[in-house]
Amino acid sequence: MSEVLLRAQGVGKRFGGFVALQDVDIELRAGERLGLIGPNGSGKSTFVNCISGDFAQHDGTVTLDGHALAGLKPHRRARLGLARTFQLPQPFASLSVLENVRVPLLFSGDAARATQRGMECLEQVEMAAKAAMLPRELTQVEQRRLELARALALNPRVLIADEAMAGLSNSEVDQIIELLLRLNAAGTAVIMIEHIMRAVTAFAERLVVFVAGRKIADGEPRAVLGMQEVEDAYLGRQ
Amino acid sequence: MSATTIPVTAETAGPRNLAFWGGAIGIGVALVVILRLIGNDYGYFAGYFVLQYVVLASAWNILGGYAGYVNFGAAGFMAAGAYTAVALRKATGLDLIPGIVAAAFVSGLLGLGTGYLTLRLRGVFFSIATLCLAVVLQTLIVNWDYVGGSRGAYIVNPLEIPPFASWGEYMFIVMLVLAILTVGIARAVEHSRIGRGLQAIRDNERAAEAVGVPTLRLKLIATTLCGALMGVAGAPLPYYSGYLNPDAAFSLSYAVNAIAMPLIGGAGTWAGPVIGAVLLGTLQQAATVTISSALNLWIVGWMLVIFVALAPRGIMGWFRKRR
Ligand SMILES: Nc1ncnc2c1ncn2[C@@H]1O[C@H](COP(=O)(O)OP(=O)(O)OP(=O)(O)O)[C@@H](O)[C@H]1O
Ligand SMILES: [Mg+2]
Repeated sequence: MSEVLLRAQGVGKRFGGFVALQDVDIELRAGERLGLIGPNGSGKSTFVNCISGDFAQHDGTVTLDGHALAGLKPHRRARLGLARTFQLPQPFASLSVLENVRVPLLFSGDAARATQRGMECLEQVEMAAKAAMLPRELTQVEQRRLELARALALNPRVLIADEAMAGLSNSEVDQIIELLLRLNAAGTAVIMIEHIMRAVTAFAERLVVFVAGRKIADGEPRAVLGMQEVEDAYLGRQ
Repeated sequence: MSATTIPVTAETAGPRNLAFWGGAIGIGVALVVILRLIGNDYGYFAGYFVLQYVVLASAWNILGGYAGYVNFGAAGFMAAGAYTAVALRKATGLDLIPGIVAAAFVSGLLGLGTGYLTLRLRGVFFSIATLCLAVVLQTLIVNWDYVGGSRGAYIVNPLEIPPFASWGEYMFIVMLVLAILTVGIARAVEHSRIGRGLQAIRDNERAAEAVGVPTLRLKLIATTLCGALMGVAGAPLPYYSGYLNPDAAFSLSYAVNAIAMPLIGGAGTWAGPVIGAVLLGTLQQAATVTISSALNLWIVGWMLVIFVALAPRGIMGWFRKRR
Protein backbone atom coordinates (compact mmCIF):
# COMPACT_ATOMS: atom_id res chain seq x y z
CA MET A 1 0.00 0.00 0.00
CA SER A 2 1.28 3.42 -0.89
CA GLU A 3 1.26 6.23 1.62
CA VAL A 4 -1.66 8.45 2.53
CA LEU A 5 -1.80 11.48 0.26
CA LEU A 6 -4.92 13.27 1.45
CA ARG A 7 -6.24 12.92 4.97
CA ALA A 8 -9.41 14.44 6.38
CA GLN A 9 -9.88 14.12 10.13
CA GLY A 10 -13.03 14.99 11.98
CA VAL A 11 -14.19 17.26 9.18
CA GLY A 12 -17.52 18.94 9.81
CA LYS A 13 -19.50 21.91 8.58
CA ARG A 14 -22.51 23.73 9.92
CA PHE A 15 -24.70 26.24 8.13
CA GLY A 16 -26.31 28.24 10.90
CA GLY A 17 -27.84 25.60 13.11
CA PHE A 18 -27.96 22.98 10.35
CA VAL A 19 -25.24 20.34 10.48
CA ALA A 20 -24.40 19.50 6.85
CA LEU A 21 -21.32 17.44 7.62
CA GLN A 22 -20.12 15.90 10.85
CA ASP A 23 -16.94 14.24 12.02
CA VAL A 24 -15.83 12.74 8.72
CA ASP A 25 -12.52 10.87 8.52
CA ILE A 26 -11.27 9.91 5.07
CA GLU A 27 -7.86 8.84 3.89
CA LEU A 28 -6.88 8.77 0.24
CA ARG A 29 -3.74 7.04 -0.92
CA ALA A 30 -1.62 8.15 -3.85
CA GLY A 31 -3.10 6.82 -7.07
CA GLU A 32 -6.21 5.49 -5.40
CA ARG A 33 -9.71 5.41 -6.96
CA LEU A 34 -12.28 6.29 -4.34
CA GLY A 35 -16.00 6.41 -4.90
CA LEU A 36 -18.07 8.71 -2.68
CA ILE A 37 -21.81 8.15 -2.69
CA GLY A 38 -24.80 9.23 -0.66
CA PRO A 39 -28.34 10.52 -1.10
CA ASN A 40 -29.02 14.10 -2.19
CA GLY A 41 -28.08 16.54 0.50
CA SER A 42 -25.91 14.07 2.39
CA GLY A 43 -22.94 16.45 2.43
CA LYS A 44 -20.79 15.23 -0.46
CA SER A 45 -20.31 18.59 -2.13
CA THR A 46 -19.94 20.22 1.27
CA PHE A 47 -17.08 17.81 1.97
CA VAL A 48 -15.45 18.75 -1.35
CA ASN A 49 -15.74 22.43 -0.49
CA CYS A 50 -14.05 21.87 2.87
CA ILE A 51 -11.18 20.00 1.20
CA SER A 52 -10.81 22.52 -1.63
CA GLY A 53 -10.71 25.53 0.65
CA ASP A 54 -13.97 27.04 -0.61
CA PHE A 55 -15.19 26.94 2.97
CA ALA A 56 -12.47 28.64 4.93
CA GLN A 57 -14.16 27.75 8.21
CA HIS A 58 -14.92 24.16 9.07
CA ASP A 59 -14.29 21.67 11.84
CA GLY A 60 -11.46 19.17 11.73
CA THR A 61 -8.26 19.13 9.72
CA VAL A 62 -7.22 18.34 6.18
CA THR A 63 -3.66 17.42 5.24
CA LEU A 64 -2.06 16.87 1.88
CA ASP A 65 1.18 14.92 1.99
CA GLY A 66 1.26 15.48 5.73
CA HIS A 67 1.02 19.28 5.41
CA ALA A 68 -1.98 20.93 7.03
CA LEU A 69 -4.05 22.90 4.52
CA ALA A 70 -5.77 25.12 7.10
CA GLY A 71 -5.73 28.76 6.08
CA LEU A 72 -4.77 28.07 2.48
CA LYS A 73 -7.01 29.63 -0.13
CA PRO A 74 -8.43 27.40 -2.89
CA HIS A 75 -5.89 28.65 -5.44
CA ARG A 76 -3.00 27.64 -3.19
CA ARG A 77 -4.47 24.19 -2.69
CA ALA A 78 -5.04 23.87 -6.42
CA ARG A 79 -1.40 24.63 -7.07
CA LEU A 80 -0.39 21.98 -4.55
CA GLY A 81 -2.08 19.49 -6.84
CA LEU A 82 -5.56 19.35 -5.35
CA ALA A 83 -7.97 19.77 -8.23
CA ARG A 84 -11.76 19.68 -8.20
CA THR A 85 -14.48 19.95 -10.77
CA PHE A 86 -17.86 21.49 -10.07
CA GLN A 87 -21.15 19.69 -9.96
CA LEU A 88 -22.43 22.18 -12.54
CA PRO A 89 -19.73 22.96 -15.13
CA GLN A 90 -18.30 26.42 -14.47
CA PRO A 91 -16.44 27.42 -17.63
CA PHE A 92 -15.03 30.89 -18.26
CA ALA A 93 -17.79 31.86 -20.65
CA SER A 94 -16.04 34.57 -22.64
CA LEU A 95 -12.84 32.59 -23.15
CA SER A 96 -12.28 29.94 -25.80
CA VAL A 97 -11.89 26.31 -24.82
CA LEU A 98 -8.12 26.55 -25.13
CA GLU A 99 -7.98 29.78 -23.14
CA ASN A 100 -10.05 28.15 -20.42
CA VAL A 101 -7.38 25.51 -20.05
CA ARG A 102 -4.54 28.00 -20.37
CA VAL A 103 -5.73 29.96 -17.32
CA PRO A 104 -4.51 27.42 -14.74
CA LEU A 105 -1.29 26.97 -16.70
CA LEU A 106 -0.54 30.68 -16.70
CA PHE A 107 -0.66 30.80 -12.91
CA SER A 108 0.93 27.52 -11.99
CA GLY A 109 3.69 25.77 -13.76
CA ASP A 110 5.24 26.80 -17.01
CA ALA A 111 3.46 29.89 -18.33
CA ALA A 112 5.70 30.07 -21.41
CA ARG A 113 4.50 26.66 -22.57
CA ALA A 114 0.88 27.23 -21.58
CA THR A 115 -0.49 26.94 -25.11
CA GLN A 116 1.33 23.69 -25.81
CA ARG A 117 0.45 22.17 -22.45
CA GLY A 118 -3.13 23.40 -22.85
CA MET A 119 -3.46 21.56 -26.14
CA GLU A 120 -2.02 18.44 -24.51
CA CYS A 121 -4.66 18.61 -21.79
CA LEU A 122 -7.37 19.04 -24.42
CA GLU A 123 -6.01 16.05 -26.30
CA GLN A 124 -6.23 13.99 -23.12
CA VAL A 125 -9.96 14.65 -22.98
CA GLU A 126 -10.33 14.46 -26.78
CA MET A 127 -11.27 18.10 -27.12
CA ALA A 128 -8.34 19.39 -29.16
CA ALA A 129 -10.57 19.86 -32.20
CA LYS A 130 -12.80 22.25 -30.22
CA ALA A 131 -9.97 24.44 -28.93
CA ALA A 132 -11.21 27.60 -30.62
CA MET A 133 -14.87 27.22 -29.63
CA LEU A 134 -16.67 29.06 -26.87
CA PRO A 135 -18.03 27.06 -23.93
CA ARG A 136 -21.64 27.84 -24.82
CA GLU A 137 -21.13 26.15 -28.20
CA LEU A 138 -20.27 22.85 -26.52
CA THR A 139 -22.58 19.95 -25.77
CA GLN A 140 -23.08 18.92 -22.18
CA VAL A 141 -20.57 16.09 -22.30
CA GLU A 142 -18.05 18.39 -23.95
CA GLN A 143 -18.52 20.92 -21.15
CA ARG A 144 -17.80 18.14 -18.68
CA ARG A 145 -14.66 17.28 -20.61
CA LEU A 146 -13.57 20.89 -20.60
CA GLU A 147 -14.13 21.02 -16.85
CA LEU A 148 -11.88 17.97 -16.51
CA ALA A 149 -9.24 19.33 -18.89
CA ARG A 150 -9.02 22.53 -16.86
CA ALA A 151 -8.50 20.49 -13.71
CA LEU A 152 -5.87 18.36 -15.47
CA ALA A 153 -3.95 21.47 -16.38
CA LEU A 154 -3.11 21.74 -12.69
CA ASN A 155 -1.23 18.47 -13.04
CA PRO A 156 -3.12 17.23 -10.00
CA ARG A 157 -2.16 14.53 -7.58
CA VAL A 158 -5.75 14.39 -6.41
CA LEU A 159 -8.75 15.00 -8.63
CA ILE A 160 -12.15 15.32 -7.04
CA ALA A 161 -14.84 14.88 -9.67
CA ASP A 162 -18.16 16.07 -8.25
CA GLU A 163 -20.86 14.39 -10.32
CA ALA A 164 -18.92 14.71 -13.54
CA MET A 165 -21.48 12.50 -15.29
CA ALA A 166 -24.79 13.94 -14.16
CA GLY A 167 -27.17 14.34 -17.07
CA LEU A 168 -25.10 12.34 -19.55
CA SER A 169 -26.25 9.46 -21.71
CA ASN A 170 -25.06 5.90 -21.10
CA SER A 171 -22.38 6.00 -23.76
CA GLU A 172 -21.23 9.43 -22.59
CA VAL A 173 -20.94 8.10 -19.05
CA ASP A 174 -18.71 5.32 -20.39
CA GLN A 175 -16.52 7.90 -22.11
CA ILE A 176 -16.01 9.85 -18.90
CA ILE A 177 -15.31 6.68 -16.89
CA GLU A 178 -12.72 5.68 -19.44
CA LEU A 179 -11.19 9.13 -19.26
CA LEU A 180 -10.98 9.06 -15.47
CA LEU A 181 -9.45 5.58 -15.57
CA ARG A 182 -6.79 6.83 -17.96
CA LEU A 183 -5.96 9.76 -15.67
CA ASN A 184 -5.77 7.45 -12.75
CA ALA A 185 -3.48 5.08 -14.64
CA ALA A 186 -1.18 8.04 -15.16
CA GLY A 187 -0.90 8.41 -11.38
CA THR A 188 -3.66 10.77 -10.27
CA ALA A 189 -5.71 9.72 -7.27
CA VAL A 190 -9.40 10.27 -8.01
CA ILE A 191 -12.40 10.81 -5.77
CA MET A 192 -15.49 10.15 -7.84
CA ILE A 193 -18.72 11.54 -6.44
CA GLU A 194 -21.59 10.04 -8.31
CA HIS A 195 -25.22 9.01 -8.17
CA ILE A 196 -24.85 6.71 -11.17
CA MET A 197 -24.11 3.46 -9.37
CA ARG A 198 -22.94 1.70 -12.50
CA ALA A 199 -20.18 4.27 -12.91
CA VAL A 200 -19.10 4.05 -9.30
CA THR A 201 -18.88 0.27 -9.30
CA ALA A 202 -17.02 0.27 -12.61
CA PHE A 203 -14.52 2.79 -11.37
CA ALA A 204 -13.95 2.70 -7.63
CA GLU A 205 -11.65 0.35 -5.79
CA ARG A 206 -12.95 1.69 -2.50
CA LEU A 207 -16.28 3.15 -1.56
CA VAL A 208 -17.33 5.70 1.06
CA VAL A 209 -20.97 6.34 1.87
CA PHE A 210 -22.38 9.52 3.40
CA VAL A 211 -25.81 9.72 4.94
CA ALA A 212 -27.10 12.92 6.51
CA GLY A 213 -23.63 14.40 6.82
CA ARG A 214 -21.98 11.36 8.36
CA LYS A 215 -19.76 8.68 6.94
CA ILE A 216 -21.59 5.40 7.48
CA ALA A 217 -19.39 3.06 5.47
CA ASP A 218 -15.87 2.90 4.04
CA GLY A 219 -14.41 -0.16 2.36
CA GLU A 220 -14.33 -2.53 -0.56
CA PRO A 221 -17.25 -1.58 -2.87
CA ARG A 222 -18.99 -4.94 -2.96
CA ALA A 223 -18.89 -5.27 0.82
CA VAL A 224 -20.07 -1.70 1.34
CA LEU A 225 -22.98 -2.05 -1.06
CA GLY A 226 -24.02 -5.24 0.75
CA MET A 227 -24.36 -3.45 4.10
CA GLN A 228 -27.85 -3.11 5.52
CA GLU A 229 -27.41 0.57 6.53
CA VAL A 230 -26.36 1.48 3.01
CA GLU A 231 -29.29 -0.31 1.53
CA ASP A 232 -31.64 1.43 3.95
CA ALA A 233 -30.23 4.81 3.08
CA TYR A 234 -30.87 4.18 -0.57
CA LEU A 235 -34.29 2.63 -0.25
CA GLY A 236 -36.76 4.47 -2.40
CA ARG A 237 -33.95 6.16 -4.28
CA GLN A 238 -32.45 3.58 -6.56
CA MET B 1 -15.96 39.76 -25.78
CA SER B 2 -17.82 37.23 -27.85
CA ALA B 3 -14.97 36.71 -30.28
CA THR B 4 -12.82 33.70 -29.70
CA THR B 5 -9.62 34.70 -28.05
CA ILE B 6 -6.47 34.01 -29.92
CA PRO B 7 -3.48 33.71 -27.63
CA VAL B 8 -0.84 36.32 -28.26
CA THR B 9 2.27 34.35 -28.97
CA ALA B 10 5.82 35.61 -28.84
CA GLU B 11 5.97 35.76 -32.66
CA THR B 12 2.87 37.93 -33.07
CA ALA B 13 3.40 40.11 -29.98
CA GLY B 14 6.48 41.93 -31.26
CA PRO B 15 5.08 43.34 -34.52
CA ARG B 16 1.74 44.06 -32.84
CA ASN B 17 3.41 46.08 -30.10
CA LEU B 18 5.37 47.99 -32.69
CA ALA B 19 2.19 48.73 -34.62
CA PHE B 20 0.41 49.91 -31.48
CA TRP B 21 3.12 52.25 -30.24
CA GLY B 22 3.92 53.46 -33.75
CA GLY B 23 0.25 54.16 -34.37
CA ALA B 24 -0.29 55.88 -31.03
CA ILE B 25 2.73 58.14 -31.42
CA GLY B 26 1.78 58.85 -35.04
CA ILE B 27 -1.75 59.90 -34.07
CA GLY B 28 -0.36 61.95 -31.18
CA VAL B 29 2.06 63.88 -33.38
CA ALA B 30 -0.64 64.41 -36.01
CA LEU B 31 -3.00 65.85 -33.38
CA VAL B 32 -0.36 68.27 -32.13
CA VAL B 33 0.45 69.42 -35.66
CA ILE B 34 -3.22 69.86 -36.61
CA LEU B 35 -4.03 71.83 -33.47
CA ARG B 36 -1.03 74.05 -34.03
CA LEU B 37 -2.16 74.74 -37.58
CA ILE B 38 -5.62 75.63 -36.31
CA GLY B 39 -3.86 77.79 -33.74
CA ASN B 40 -6.90 78.31 -31.56
CA ASP B 41 -6.64 77.74 -27.81
CA TYR B 42 -10.11 76.25 -27.80
CA GLY B 43 -8.79 73.27 -29.78
CA TYR B 44 -6.34 72.43 -27.00
CA PHE B 45 -9.04 72.89 -24.43
CA ALA B 46 -11.41 70.49 -26.18
CA GLY B 47 -8.61 68.02 -26.88
CA TYR B 48 -7.63 67.97 -23.22
CA PHE B 49 -11.26 67.45 -22.23
CA VAL B 50 -11.56 64.36 -24.42
CA LEU B 51 -8.13 62.95 -23.55
CA GLN B 52 -8.70 63.14 -19.79
CA TYR B 53 -11.66 60.87 -20.41
CA VAL B 54 -9.51 58.51 -22.44
CA VAL B 55 -7.32 58.15 -19.34
CA LEU B 56 -10.25 57.90 -16.93
CA ALA B 57 -12.23 55.40 -19.02
CA SER B 58 -9.18 53.24 -19.75
CA ALA B 59 -8.34 53.18 -16.05
CA TRP B 60 -11.90 52.26 -15.08
CA ASN B 61 -11.88 49.48 -17.66
CA ILE B 62 -8.98 47.64 -16.01
CA LEU B 63 -11.14 46.80 -13.03
CA GLY B 64 -14.62 47.22 -14.50
CA GLY B 65 -14.12 45.83 -17.99
CA TYR B 66 -11.55 43.11 -17.45
CA ALA B 67 -12.52 41.94 -13.96
CA GLY B 68 -16.20 42.92 -14.01
CA TYR B 69 -16.08 44.98 -10.82
CA VAL B 70 -18.10 48.13 -11.44
CA ASN B 71 -16.52 51.10 -9.69
CA PHE B 72 -18.90 54.01 -9.06
CA GLY B 73 -16.18 55.98 -7.31
CA ALA B 74 -14.18 57.24 -10.29
CA ALA B 75 -14.77 60.86 -9.31
CA GLY B 76 -13.27 60.14 -5.89
CA PHE B 77 -10.03 58.81 -7.35
CA MET B 78 -9.89 61.59 -9.92
CA ALA B 79 -10.39 64.19 -7.18
CA ALA B 80 -7.77 62.50 -4.99
CA GLY B 81 -5.32 62.99 -7.85
CA ALA B 82 -6.34 66.60 -8.40
CA TYR B 83 -6.08 67.49 -4.73
CA THR B 84 -2.77 65.69 -4.38
CA ALA B 85 -1.43 68.00 -7.08
CA VAL B 86 -2.85 71.04 -5.27
CA ALA B 87 -1.48 69.99 -1.89
CA LEU B 88 1.94 69.21 -3.33
CA ARG B 89 2.07 72.58 -5.03
CA LYS B 90 1.10 74.33 -1.81
CA ALA B 91 3.47 72.37 0.38
CA THR B 92 6.54 72.26 -1.82
CA GLY B 93 5.99 74.50 -4.82
CA LEU B 94 6.50 71.52 -7.09
CA ASP B 95 4.30 71.79 -10.14
CA LEU B 96 2.48 69.67 -12.69
CA ILE B 97 4.79 66.77 -13.52
CA PRO B 98 5.78 65.95 -9.92
CA GLY B 99 2.11 66.45 -9.09
CA ILE B 100 1.11 63.75 -11.56
CA VAL B 101 3.62 61.32 -10.10
CA ALA B 102 2.44 62.06 -6.56
CA ALA B 103 -1.19 61.73 -7.64
CA ALA B 104 -0.51 58.32 -9.13
CA PHE B 105 1.07 57.27 -5.87
CA VAL B 106 -1.65 58.63 -3.56
CA SER B 107 -4.57 57.43 -5.69
CA GLY B 108 -2.86 54.08 -6.17
CA LEU B 109 -2.62 53.67 -2.40
CA LEU B 110 -6.23 54.75 -2.11
CA GLY B 111 -7.12 52.09 -4.68
CA LEU B 112 -5.20 49.46 -2.76
CA GLY B 113 -6.89 50.45 0.51
CA THR B 114 -10.31 50.46 -1.11
CA GLY B 115 -9.54 47.06 -2.56
CA TYR B 116 -8.67 45.62 0.81
CA LEU B 117 -11.83 47.01 2.35
CA THR B 118 -14.29 46.22 -0.41
CA LEU B 119 -13.14 43.36 -2.60
CA ARG B 120 -14.75 40.75 -0.46
CA LEU B 121 -17.99 42.31 -1.64
CA ARG B 122 -19.31 41.14 -4.97
CA GLY B 123 -21.46 42.72 -7.58
CA VAL B 124 -23.61 45.66 -6.65
CA PHE B 125 -22.29 45.73 -3.07
CA PHE B 126 -18.81 46.50 -4.31
CA SER B 127 -20.22 49.27 -6.49
CA ILE B 128 -22.11 50.86 -3.60
CA ALA B 129 -18.99 50.70 -1.42
CA THR B 130 -16.96 52.59 -4.03
CA LEU B 131 -19.68 55.20 -4.27
CA CYS B 132 -19.55 55.63 -0.50
CA LEU B 133 -15.80 56.05 -0.67
CA ALA B 134 -16.20 58.99 -3.05
CA VAL B 135 -18.76 60.60 -0.74
CA VAL B 136 -16.53 60.17 2.32
CA LEU B 137 -13.57 61.58 0.43
CA GLN B 138 -15.56 64.60 -0.70
CA THR B 139 -16.62 65.29 2.89
CA LEU B 140 -12.99 65.16 3.97
CA ILE B 141 -11.86 67.55 1.24
CA VAL B 142 -14.68 70.01 1.88
CA ASN B 143 -13.51 70.23 5.48
CA TRP B 144 -9.81 70.39 4.71
CA ASP B 145 -8.90 74.07 4.84
CA TYR B 146 -5.34 73.61 3.69
CA VAL B 147 -6.53 72.87 0.14
CA GLY B 148 -9.23 75.51 0.27
CA GLY B 149 -12.11 73.52 1.75
CA SER B 150 -15.41 74.16 0.04
CA ARG B 151 -14.17 77.51 -1.34
CA GLY B 152 -11.59 75.76 -3.51
CA ALA B 153 -7.99 76.53 -4.37
CA TYR B 154 -6.38 78.65 -7.07
CA ILE B 155 -3.31 77.75 -9.05
CA VAL B 156 -1.64 80.50 -11.00
CA ASN B 157 -0.21 79.23 -14.25
CA PRO B 158 2.55 80.90 -16.24
CA LEU B 159 1.39 82.41 -19.52
CA GLU B 160 4.39 81.21 -21.45
CA ILE B 161 6.04 77.84 -21.24
CA PRO B 162 8.66 77.46 -23.97
CA PRO B 163 9.09 75.53 -26.20
CA PHE B 164 5.31 75.13 -26.24
CA ALA B 165 3.13 77.54 -28.15
CA SER B 166 0.94 78.23 -25.14
CA TRP B 167 -0.06 76.91 -21.73
CA GLY B 168 -3.04 75.30 -23.43
CA GLU B 169 -0.81 73.41 -25.81
CA TYR B 170 1.41 72.31 -22.96
CA MET B 171 -1.58 70.97 -21.00
CA PHE B 172 -2.86 69.23 -24.10
CA ILE B 173 0.47 67.54 -24.79
CA VAL B 174 0.82 66.43 -21.18
CA MET B 175 -2.62 64.84 -21.28
CA LEU B 176 -1.86 63.32 -24.67
CA VAL B 177 1.25 61.62 -23.30
CA LEU B 178 -0.69 60.43 -20.24
CA ALA B 179 -3.44 59.05 -22.46
CA ILE B 180 -1.00 57.15 -24.67
CA LEU B 181 0.78 55.72 -21.63
CA THR B 182 -2.48 54.75 -19.95
CA VAL B 183 -3.86 53.02 -23.02
CA GLY B 184 -0.51 51.28 -23.44
CA ILE B 185 -0.61 50.07 -19.84
CA ALA B 186 -4.22 48.90 -20.16
CA ARG B 187 -3.32 47.05 -23.34
CA ALA B 188 -0.27 45.44 -21.74
CA VAL B 189 -2.42 44.30 -18.81
CA GLU B 190 -5.02 42.90 -21.19
CA HIS B 191 -2.43 40.81 -23.00
CA SER B 192 -0.64 39.64 -19.87
CA ARG B 193 -1.55 36.76 -17.64
CA ILE B 194 -2.89 39.33 -15.17
CA GLY B 195 -5.44 40.36 -17.77
CA ARG B 196 -6.34 36.76 -18.50
CA GLY B 197 -6.73 36.13 -14.77
CA LEU B 198 -8.99 39.18 -14.42
CA GLN B 199 -11.15 37.92 -17.29
CA ALA B 200 -11.42 34.56 -15.56
CA ILE B 201 -12.51 36.39 -12.41
CA ARG B 202 -15.13 38.31 -14.37
CA ASP B 203 -16.50 35.12 -15.92
CA ASN B 204 -16.45 32.99 -12.80
CA GLU B 205 -14.54 34.02 -9.73
CA ARG B 206 -15.02 30.78 -7.83
CA ALA B 207 -13.84 28.66 -10.75
CA ALA B 208 -10.86 30.96 -11.25
CA GLU B 209 -9.79 30.46 -7.65
CA ALA B 210 -10.33 26.71 -8.01
CA VAL B 211 -7.91 26.45 -10.91
CA GLY B 212 -5.12 28.33 -9.19
CA VAL B 213 -5.81 31.99 -10.00
CA PRO B 214 -4.83 34.18 -7.03
CA THR B 215 -8.06 36.17 -7.29
CA LEU B 216 -7.60 38.53 -4.36
CA ARG B 217 -4.08 39.49 -5.41
CA LEU B 218 -5.12 40.14 -9.00
CA LYS B 219 -8.05 42.26 -7.90
CA LEU B 220 -5.78 44.28 -5.64
CA ILE B 221 -3.36 44.83 -8.51
CA ALA B 222 -6.31 45.98 -10.60
CA THR B 223 -7.74 48.36 -7.97
CA THR B 224 -4.30 49.83 -7.34
CA LEU B 225 -3.54 50.36 -11.01
CA CYS B 226 -7.03 51.61 -11.71
CA GLY B 227 -6.86 54.06 -8.79
CA ALA B 228 -3.40 55.30 -9.75
CA LEU B 229 -4.39 55.97 -13.37
CA MET B 230 -7.61 57.73 -12.37
CA GLY B 231 -5.53 59.92 -10.09
CA VAL B 232 -3.28 60.65 -13.05
CA ALA B 233 -6.34 61.73 -15.04
CA GLY B 234 -7.23 64.17 -12.27
CA ALA B 235 -3.82 65.59 -11.38
CA PRO B 236 -3.63 68.15 -14.23
CA LEU B 237 -7.20 69.36 -13.57
CA PRO B 238 -6.27 72.27 -11.24
CA TYR B 239 -3.56 73.36 -13.68
CA TYR B 240 -5.95 73.11 -16.58
CA SER B 241 -8.67 75.27 -15.08
CA GLY B 242 -6.46 77.29 -12.71
CA TYR B 243 -8.95 76.61 -9.97
CA LEU B 244 -10.22 73.54 -8.17
CA ASN B 245 -13.16 73.14 -5.84
CA PRO B 246 -14.81 69.99 -4.47
CA ASP B 247 -17.88 70.33 -6.68
CA ALA B 248 -15.76 70.34 -9.82
CA ALA B 249 -13.33 67.67 -8.68
CA PHE B 250 -16.01 65.25 -7.48
CA SER B 251 -18.33 66.00 -10.38
CA LEU B 252 -20.91 63.35 -11.13
CA SER B 253 -19.83 63.60 -14.77
CA TYR B 254 -16.60 61.79 -14.02
CA ALA B 255 -18.26 58.89 -12.24
CA VAL B 256 -20.89 58.52 -14.96
CA ASN B 257 -18.57 58.96 -17.93
CA ALA B 258 -15.99 56.57 -16.51
CA ILE B 259 -18.62 53.85 -16.68
CA ALA B 260 -20.56 54.94 -19.75
CA MET B 261 -17.56 55.38 -22.05
CA PRO B 262 -16.17 51.84 -21.71
CA LEU B 263 -19.67 50.39 -21.92
CA ILE B 264 -20.46 52.28 -25.10
CA GLY B 265 -17.09 51.65 -26.69
CA GLY B 266 -16.98 48.04 -25.56
CA ALA B 267 -15.76 47.08 -22.10
CA GLY B 268 -13.21 44.33 -21.86
CA THR B 269 -10.92 45.53 -24.63
CA TRP B 270 -8.41 48.37 -24.42
CA ALA B 271 -9.82 49.99 -27.56
CA GLY B 272 -13.38 50.14 -26.20
CA PRO B 273 -12.88 52.93 -23.65
CA VAL B 274 -10.78 54.89 -26.16
CA ILE B 275 -13.57 54.79 -28.74
CA GLY B 276 -16.21 55.54 -26.10
CA ALA B 277 -14.25 58.45 -24.66
CA VAL B 278 -13.58 60.01 -28.04
CA LEU B 279 -17.21 59.62 -29.11
CA LEU B 280 -18.93 60.70 -25.89
CA GLY B 281 -16.27 63.26 -25.02
CA THR B 282 -16.56 64.94 -28.40
CA LEU B 283 -20.36 64.92 -28.28
CA GLN B 284 -20.36 66.49 -24.82
CA GLN B 285 -17.80 69.07 -25.82
CA ALA B 286 -19.85 69.94 -28.89
CA ALA B 287 -23.00 70.24 -26.79
CA THR B 288 -21.24 72.42 -24.24
CA VAL B 289 -20.14 74.83 -26.94
CA THR B 290 -23.32 74.92 -28.98
CA ILE B 291 -25.96 74.59 -26.28
CA SER B 292 -24.96 74.12 -22.66
CA SER B 293 -22.90 71.81 -20.47
CA ALA B 294 -26.11 71.05 -18.60
CA LEU B 295 -26.92 68.72 -21.49
CA ASN B 296 -23.84 66.55 -21.00
CA LEU B 297 -25.26 63.93 -18.68
CA TRP B 298 -28.49 63.96 -20.63
CA ILE B 299 -26.53 62.98 -23.75
CA VAL B 300 -24.64 60.26 -21.89
CA GLY B 301 -27.91 58.89 -20.58
CA TRP B 302 -29.47 58.69 -24.03
CA MET B 303 -26.38 57.13 -25.54
CA LEU B 304 -26.44 54.47 -22.84
CA VAL B 305 -30.08 53.70 -23.50
CA ILE B 306 -29.45 53.46 -27.22
CA PHE B 307 -26.44 51.22 -26.82
CA VAL B 308 -28.01 48.93 -24.28
CA ALA B 309 -30.81 48.39 -26.78
CA LEU B 310 -28.81 48.13 -30.00
CA ALA B 311 -25.29 47.06 -29.11
CA PRO B 312 -25.07 45.75 -25.55
CA ARG B 313 -21.44 44.79 -26.09
CA GLY B 314 -20.52 48.26 -27.20
CA ILE B 315 -19.06 49.38 -30.50
CA MET B 316 -16.19 46.89 -30.36
CA GLY B 317 -18.55 44.01 -29.67
CA TRP B 318 -20.83 45.11 -32.48
CA PHE B 319 -18.02 45.11 -35.02
CA ARG B 320 -16.76 41.73 -33.87
CA LYS B 321 -20.15 40.19 -34.27
CA ARG B 322 -20.51 41.49 -37.82
CA ARG B 323 -17.08 40.33 -38.91
N1 LIG C 1 -23.84 27.27 1.35
C1 LIG C 1 -24.81 26.59 1.99
N2 LIG C 1 -25.62 27.21 2.86
C2 LIG C 1 -26.59 26.55 3.52
N3 LIG C 1 -26.83 25.24 3.37
C3 LIG C 1 -26.06 24.55 2.52
C4 LIG C 1 -25.01 25.20 1.78
N4 LIG C 1 -24.39 24.26 1.00
C5 LIG C 1 -25.04 23.12 1.24
N5 LIG C 1 -26.02 23.28 2.15
C6 LIG C 1 -26.90 22.23 2.67
O1 LIG C 1 -26.10 21.20 3.17
C7 LIG C 1 -26.64 19.92 2.85
C8 LIG C 1 -25.60 19.11 2.12
O2 LIG C 1 -25.47 19.65 0.82
P1 LIG C 1 -24.43 19.07 -0.24
O3 LIG C 1 -24.48 19.95 -1.41
O4 LIG C 1 -23.14 18.85 0.41
O5 LIG C 1 -25.11 17.67 -0.58
P2 LIG C 1 -24.66 16.62 -1.67
O6 LIG C 1 -24.41 15.35 -0.94
O7 LIG C 1 -23.58 17.14 -2.51
O8 LIG C 1 -26.01 16.49 -2.50
P3 LIG C 1 -26.23 16.26 -4.07
O9 LIG C 1 -26.12 14.79 -4.30
O10 LIG C 1 -27.61 16.74 -4.30
O11 LIG C 1 -25.22 17.04 -4.80
C9 LIG C 1 -27.90 20.17 2.04
O12 LIG C 1 -28.99 20.06 2.91
C10 LIG C 1 -27.74 21.59 1.56
O13 LIG C 1 -29.00 22.21 1.46
MG1 LIG D 1 -23.38 17.69 -4.47
